Amino acid sequence: MIRLEQRANPSKEMVMWTPVIAVIATMIVGGLLFVALGKNPFEAIRMIFWDPLMGANASYYRGQILVKAAPLIMIALGLSFGFRAGIWNIGAEGQFIMGAVVGGATGLALYPMDSFIVFPLMIVMGALGGFLWAMIPAVLKIKFNANEILVSLMLVYVAINFLSGMVTGVLRNPDGFNFPESRSFQEFPAANNAELWAGTGVHWGVLVTLGLVVAAYVILTRHIFGFNIRLAGQAPRAAKFAGVSPNKMIAICLGLSGALAGMAGLFEVTGPAGKLSTTFPVGYGFTAIIVAFLGRLHPIGILLAGLLLAVTYVGGDIIQSKLSLPKASIQVFQGMLLFFLLAVDVLVNFRIRLTNQGAV
Amino acid sequence: MDISIVSLVATLIVAATPILLAATGELIVEKAGVLNLGVEGMMIIGAICGFIAAVNTSSPLMGFVAAAAAGAALSFLFAILTQYLLANQVASGLALTLFGLGLAALLGHSYAGIKPPSSPKMEWGGLADLPVVGPILFNHDLMVYFSILLVIAVWVFLKFTRGGLILRAVGENHDAAHALGYKVVRIRVLAIMFGGACAGLGGAYLSLIRVPQWTEGMTAGAGWIALAIVVFASWKPWRLILGAYLFGGVTILQLNLQANGVDIPVSYLSMAPYLVTIIVLVIMSADRARASLNAPASLGKIFNASH
Repeated sequence: MIRLEQRANPSKEMVMWTPVIAVIATMIVGGLLFVALGKNPFEAIRMIFWDPLMGANASYYRGQILVKAAPLIMIALGLSFGFRAGIWNIGAEGQFIMGAVVGGATGLALYPMDSFIVFPLMIVMGALGGFLWAMIPAVLKIKFNANEILVSLMLVYVAINFLSGMVTGVLRNPDGFNFPESRSFQEFPAANNAELWAGTGVHWGVLVTLGLVVAAYVILTRHIFGFNIRLAGQAPRAAKFAGVSPNKMIAICLGLSGALAGMAGLFEVTGPAGKLSTTFPVGYGFTAIIVAFLGRLHPIGILLAGLLLAVTYVGGDIIQSKLSLPKASIQVFQGMLLFFLLAVDVLVNFRIRLTNQGAV
Repeated sequence: MDISIVSLVATLIVAATPILLAATGELIVEKAGVLNLGVEGMMIIGAICGFIAAVNTSSPLMGFVAAAAAGAALSFLFAILTQYLLANQVASGLALTLFGLGLAALLGHSYAGIKPPSSPKMEWGGLADLPVVGPILFNHDLMVYFSILLVIAVWVFLKFTRGGLILRAVGENHDAAHALGYKVVRIRVLAIMFGGACAGLGGAYLSLIRVPQWTEGMTAGAGWIALAIVVFASWKPWRLILGAYLFGGVTILQLNLQANGVDIPVSYLSMAPYLVTIIVLVIMSADRARASLNAPASLGKIFNASH
């Protein structure tokens, strides 16, 4: 009979190995999925995980990986603090959108001003937009005890509708053809988050993301705030006695993750997306949840996990065009990855023991 | 403005039914002490599997059966994760939703734009022709009545049967229930699968009757609203009806306002159901003492029998 025996301390090796096991398991089961879809599984897996990095057009794809990884990592870093403390902001997608709308609107209001101040101001306003949007569930949680999971999620749908209201209303491109989209930021140099070095995919958001990884690492491991976060997650009662205010924790964690998601939204809309439109939200806010977990809520882990998920996004585009598989198949892949991770995570806290039934 | 109250009430019942079905299932799950946030994922899987089955067999009934089975099957994954592998329930529920949304989009790839077989209305003799009462009460499809019966059945089960008592005991204090010899894990797995089946039915109601069509991401947060409605109902079955119909009313009202060309852009009107859900959630949670009194005490806690 199989029995789970609690480990005295979470296994450090398993914390490192479970994501690897989960990725391998996903490849195997994902391969079976491709068999079911009538495709060659080895070819499909190679296209998803290998071709973006080392395949024929890899020099282009590598840039795309950075472009897609940056928002995922930036959002996941913010989420990881809250997740550690048991504060579940799952509305990052909404904060991402609001950051893009508020920051983008700031830039559009200044059009066609040609000043170095425009873009930094937009970044600040984007972060502020995401921050304020995330403060709604925070305040409702603190004041009224409303579940932050449900509130933050509902606000995603509100944000999507708000975006579509904006791009069909005041933010619609006045020189456009009545399409539901704003002016292009690519044609507005002062607000454009362009590639810094041609062909690398590196834009300002990528650099800021790298800086944030370092900052998050320092905060988590060297700063009292990081310690309090870990304490609040692992021993809420002890945290209370240590003077950690749960309400302050809620506000900081939600606010921080909102600000980062909003900033990611701004970098996305001014750079890779190019303009505000109804097709702007592509689910980075949700995928970032997978990134946060796969990265063990640790900044370095999140960096790696974000890159991996970005590879699967790019790989997803490749199989979509080469094997004519629907875009959704990659979503299944990503969902499966989180499933397997949660499943094998049992090994971190428990030992599997085979026991004879009846033996004491 | 041309809004008829009678047709409004009749259509709000249809709008509320998917949520009511899903919320009823989730109520049982939460009463057993498990928080399954994957309702949205199970609903959309139910929506597409029900749709595929109904289109291929030309029978809406087969669609609903398939949807319930698919929802239950998906929820079984959640059950394995949380009950046997002791994974965090919040994370597992989210995983279920993300996975379900992706899988549904994949399965439904070639089903967009098809019309499903239509579901017949329930026959009530001549009652449907009665003024006012007829269209409101006696002019619906079978599933509307089924959803009400389901709520009643769940209420009777929880309040008057031994099984219901055991289920509640497991949800209030799993250690005590375990000490009394009840199979906590088995009971929870069954509850989770019941919840999955109900969510599947709710999803199929969307794709087969309410819309009726398959579009990617068509649940649009309905599963999350169902979760909110369980909180709104303070875990009391009959209040689910109130919550779901309130939500249905808001949805239908804003759709009617849109159709009547009210001077508010469609985008802002479409926010209404989500905003109302938030407001309702706030009101119901504000009284901390009462909220915590009603919630099952072991909700979301991990159970591992050490002996």
